[in-house]
Formats: sequence, structure tokens, C-alpha cells
Amino acid sequence: MEHTSLIERILRGIALTLVVIFFMFPILWIFMMSFQTNETILRIPPQLIFEPTLANYTALITGKLMTAAGTLDIAFMRNLWNSVFLSVTSVAVSLLLGVPAAYAFARHKFRGSEDIAFTLLSFKFAPALLVLLPLTLYFQKLGLANTYFGLIWVYQLICLPLILWIVRGYFEDIPADIEYAYRIGGHSWFATFRKIALPLAGPGIAAAGLLAFIFAWNNFVFALVLASADKQPVTVGALAFITSSGIQYGQISAAIVLSITPTLALALYAQRYLVEGLSLGAVKG
Amino acid sequence: MASLELKNIVKRYKSHTVLDNLSLTVADGETLVLFGPSGAGKTVLLRLVAGVIDPDEGKILIGGDDMTDVDAEFRGVGMAFQNFALFPHMSAFDNIATPLEAKRSSQGAIKAGVDSVAKLLKIAHVLSHKPRALSNGQKQRTALARALVGSPPLLLLDDPLRNVDAKLRFEMRLELPRLLADRGATVVYVTQDYKEAMALGDRIAVMSQGVIRQLGTPEQIYREPANIEIARPFGDPTINLLDVKPARDARGIYVGLSNVQVHLAEAPETAIGRDCVIGLRPESLHFVADNQPGAIPVTVEAETPLNEKIVTLVRTVRGREILVSRPAGTPGRNEGRAHIAVDGKSALLFDHASGERIGAKTVVKLRNGEAA
Repeated sequence: MEHTSLIERILRGIALTLVVIFFMFPILWIFMMSFQTNETILRIPPQLIFEPTLANYTALITGKLMTAAGTLDIAFMRNLWNSVFLSVTSVAVSLLLGVPAAYAFARHKFRGSEDIAFTLLSFKFAPALLVLLPLTLYFQKLGLANTYFGLIWVYQLICLPLILWIVRGYFEDIPADIEYAYRIGGHSWFATFRKIALPLAGPGIAAAGLLAFIFAWNNFVFALVLASADKQPVTVGALAFITSSGIQYGQISAAIVLSITPTLALALYAQRYLVEGLSLGAVKG
Repeated sequence: MASLELKNIVKRYKSHTVLDNLSLTVADGETLVLFGPSGAGKTVLLRLVAGVIDPDEGKILIGGDDMTDVDAEFRGVGMAFQNFALFPHMSAFDNIATPLEAKRSSQGAIKAGVDSVAKLLKIAHVLSHKPRALSNGQKQRTALARALVGSPPLLLLDDPLRNVDAKLRFEMRLELPRLLADRGATVVYVTQDYKEAMALGDRIAVMSQGVIRQLGTPEQIYREPANIEIARPFGDPTINLLDVKPARDARGIYVGLSNVQVHLAEAPETAIGRDCVIGLRPESLHFVADNQPGAIPVTVEAETPLNEKIVTLVRTVRGREILVSRPAGTPGRNEGRAHIAVDGKSALLFDHASGERIGAKTVVKLRNGEAA
């Protein structure tokens, strides 16, 4: 690095800036659009200087969408709450079921264990659209259509295999001797799971949980078909912005900003643990 | 305190038999060393005793109680692992404290217990450190402290000195026997280092391929190895092994070594005329004056002074290489032609084909050699 000339360093800086701009520009533009009215957004040519307005956010939060054709009720905050509730609960259930299962698959080779693990993974093979029709029919029969319970159940298809397979790998990476040592010390297998395996696989569990949360949050088709308006997450709710009097770009942008905030915050928070996990792994054994 | 008894233990992995109908008894307070090459089944045996893996057949008795189907946490043994197996997310103190926590000891009792064993093992100053901040030696001592802290009646030590440097290994080899004796525990100690085995074991069980090949005191293993495979790893420099064919003349059974007839008193009749291998410990060979009867003429090839001894590589007139070892500071030859004599008592005869030692201990008597 010391031998690079000034020109090289400048070029490198420019190249890096271009890459960052290329990837960050859409997000930046959305962020800027969320503070503009539809008129300023659709101005040609587009302008960087504008009078910021909070009208979009106000509309979303109050649930009153002003369009040229009149006032429209939108349930964005309700959708946002649905997204939070569905994603958090689904991931929580998946962790509760998936982590002990992952431990069992990692540590105990029982008859058919590989087959069961693979079957769980195979849930992710079928395209969602293919599964949807029979699932909808079943759900209507069972009375699970348009219930949080039913949705969370379906979300397990997304979260559970992911958590199971990622966390299993982390459990397998813990040397068995460490767990043996704890058991020989006089602790039950459950205490060993809680005090040794769980903390050591912690970063993996955090990573898997975060990933599952993102997948659950971004899910569209399951919620579109299986839930009606009051149970729908933001991904589906965003359709409401395509109104008879045009697409509400300002509100859509504000909605995007609001809906990526929780995932972004969670990712930034979890990053600390992910990095810690990597360095912990380096000195294992 | 507890004795350990293994009865007809069989352990298989798939079709591979790791332990083959193995029986072993370790007396209360005894230190038994399991010695053998990698893959001999030593570690598996230790884990069976600890209860973290189950035998396919056989019984395990600890202190007379059948523990075969008892879970590891109820067996009350202490174990130190070759790779230390410390809990990376806990401080050294918490690591050592875990067996005491399992016993639901009070905080005060835990602290007292950990402090005393840490002081004994000289790691009191690093108790607050996480394993990653410990040197290999400190890790090893922490692992040992964790095994000792609960004063288990049965201690299983799986090659605990394997991953520490030579200096520390030497120190611990001196320290450990006293430490273990003070505890009064029954100890099963796994090692691949013959010096460790000789220094620590009341008895040594030599294992290979899932079977105990010989069980005896260190003295017996060294002086009367059951076969060549056992004779070879015990001793440094290694035992000299020379092909011979014992014969008989008027004065008894003899072997020919470089045109010198070396008579073996008490050699078994069965050895006569068979293809044999004679085992001569390097320290049982001595440089002697040319005119001494029975002296074997050799050429000195190389001399390696080690700290406490000098090892000389010599070549016989027939081209066979022999190692001679003598204590440092004693006279010897370091170049040119020399003569060596075989010290009595330690020559061993093995069958060439099977490698098994023939008959009882053979006492070597040197007779006046006649040129053949």
C-alpha cells in the first residue's frame, strides 16, 4: 500500500465513491422522495433542491391519505404493527423449536435423523406459489385463513429450516469434548445445553434469527393470499398506495423508510454479536 | 476412594472394533498408565469409563458399583482432556468451579476449593483470565485443576501433557506423581510418551488395536517386554534389534554377533535353530578394552552427547548398526575402532516371525569368544 502513487490513491478513492453511490443511491433517493410531494417528485428534470415536507409521514401515521380524488383511509400503521408482530412471533417460535432441534440433530445421531433434517430443509425447495393453493384450501377448511396463528404457522416454512440448518452447523463446530467436560463435572445434559452449547452457539443463533427475521419481514405472497386487510404486513399493505388517482410516490417512499427501519436497526444491533462470534470461534479448542 | 473394574468391554464403530473384549482392574489408589500408539483405543476406553460414550458389550464397575448404564454426571469421576476442553466463555476461575457448582456447594466453599487447587497448580494469578488469554501451560493446568477440584475418587487423565512444550512437560512429569499421590485417588493416565508412563505408572497397560498387549509394572515392561512392539517404544535411544539364530554347543546356547559367540545362559531350548531377533538395550552395552574376552569389534560412526548421557552409533564388522549409551562423563571411544561388550541380564530374544519374546528372561553370560 505504501508504494501506491498519489494518482493511484485518488483513482481508487473515486472508484470506491462510485461504487458506494451506485449502491446507496436508490436508498438515498427514496429517503429524499419521502420528504416531497408527488408534484415535486414527478418534476422533469428531477431536482435535488426542494422544500421538505412531513406530509407523507403525517398521512401514514394518521391513516388519512389525501389524493386528488379525495381522502382515502389507509391502514399503514396497522400493517407495520402486523409486520412486527408476525415477524417477531414467527422468529421467536422458530427459535424455540429450531434451536433445540438443531442441537439434537448436531449431537445425537438417531435413526432417521438425517432424513428428518433434510425433509425440513426441503420445505424451502417448493416455490411458494405452488404450495399456496392447497394451503389456502386447507386453511379455509381448518378455519386458519386470515388468523395470526395460521400466518405464523406458515411463516415457520420460511424461518424454521433456515434456523435449524444454520444453528446446527454452529452446534457441530463446538468440540464435543467441551460438553463432555461439563457433564463429567456433574451437570445434566440440559444444564450442558443451557450453559455451554447455547452461549457458544449464541452468535450463530443471532445470525440465523436475524436472517429469518428479514425473510419473514419481506414475505409477500403468503400474507397476500392468506390474510385480509387487518392482518396484512407492510409488504402487502404497500399495494394500497396504487390508487385510482395515481401512484402515491411520496407515501410509498415514506412507507419504505419506515418499514426498513426496524430491520436496519436490528441488523446494526446484531452486528456486534456477529463479529464477536467470529473472533470467539478463532480461539476455539 | 474407588477401584475400577472393566469386564469384557467391546466397542465398535460401524464394523470397526475399537475395543475388543477388554478386561482390566485398577486397584484403589493405584495409578495405571494406558500406553500405546494413536488409534489403540486408549481415549475411547477413558471415555467409556467417564460415561460419555457407551460400550456395546461389557460392564464398568467403579468402587464396586455397576456404572455401565449410569450417566456421566453421576459417576463422580474427574477428567482432563488432551485438548484441554476449557469453556471458552468462562474465566479460569469459573472453569475450575464448574464441578463444585454441580455439587451445589456454597459460594464460600467454591471459592476456597478453587483457590486451593489453583495455588497447588500455580495458576492463582490468572484465575480471572478467559482461556484465550492463557498460555498453553496455564490452560493445561486449568484443565487439570478442573479435574482435581472436586476431589473425585477416580481421575481420568487423557494425555494432559501432549499439547504443552517440552520444558513444561518435564516439570509436570516431576510434579504430577506427588500431586496424584497426595490426592490418594485412583488414576487412569493415557500417554504416548514412555518416560511419562515410566515416571507416573504404578502399572502400565500397553495397548494396541483395542487389546491390552501387556500389563505390568514399569520395571516389568522395560525388562521383560512381551514382544518387539512393546520393547521398541520403551527406551531412549531405542533398543538394538539384531537378527540372530541361536545354536547350541558344549557350553550351552549361544548367538553369533560379529564372529563372536555370545552365550545366553537360561535361554529357552525352543529358541535353538529358530530365526530370532535379539534385543540389546543401548545402556547394557559398554566400551571395553580390546583384550577383554567376548568383546565385539566395532567401528565408531558417530557420537551424540545428550545432557545426561552420550549415545554412540557403532558399526559391526558385518555392517550392522548398534547404539551404545553411557552416562555423560564416563570414558568411551568417539572415533576409530573399538570393542563393546554386552552387559548381562538384559538381552531379550524374540521370535523373528511373530515378534513375541521367547521364554523367560534370558540372562546373558559372556564366554570367551572364538572366531568362527
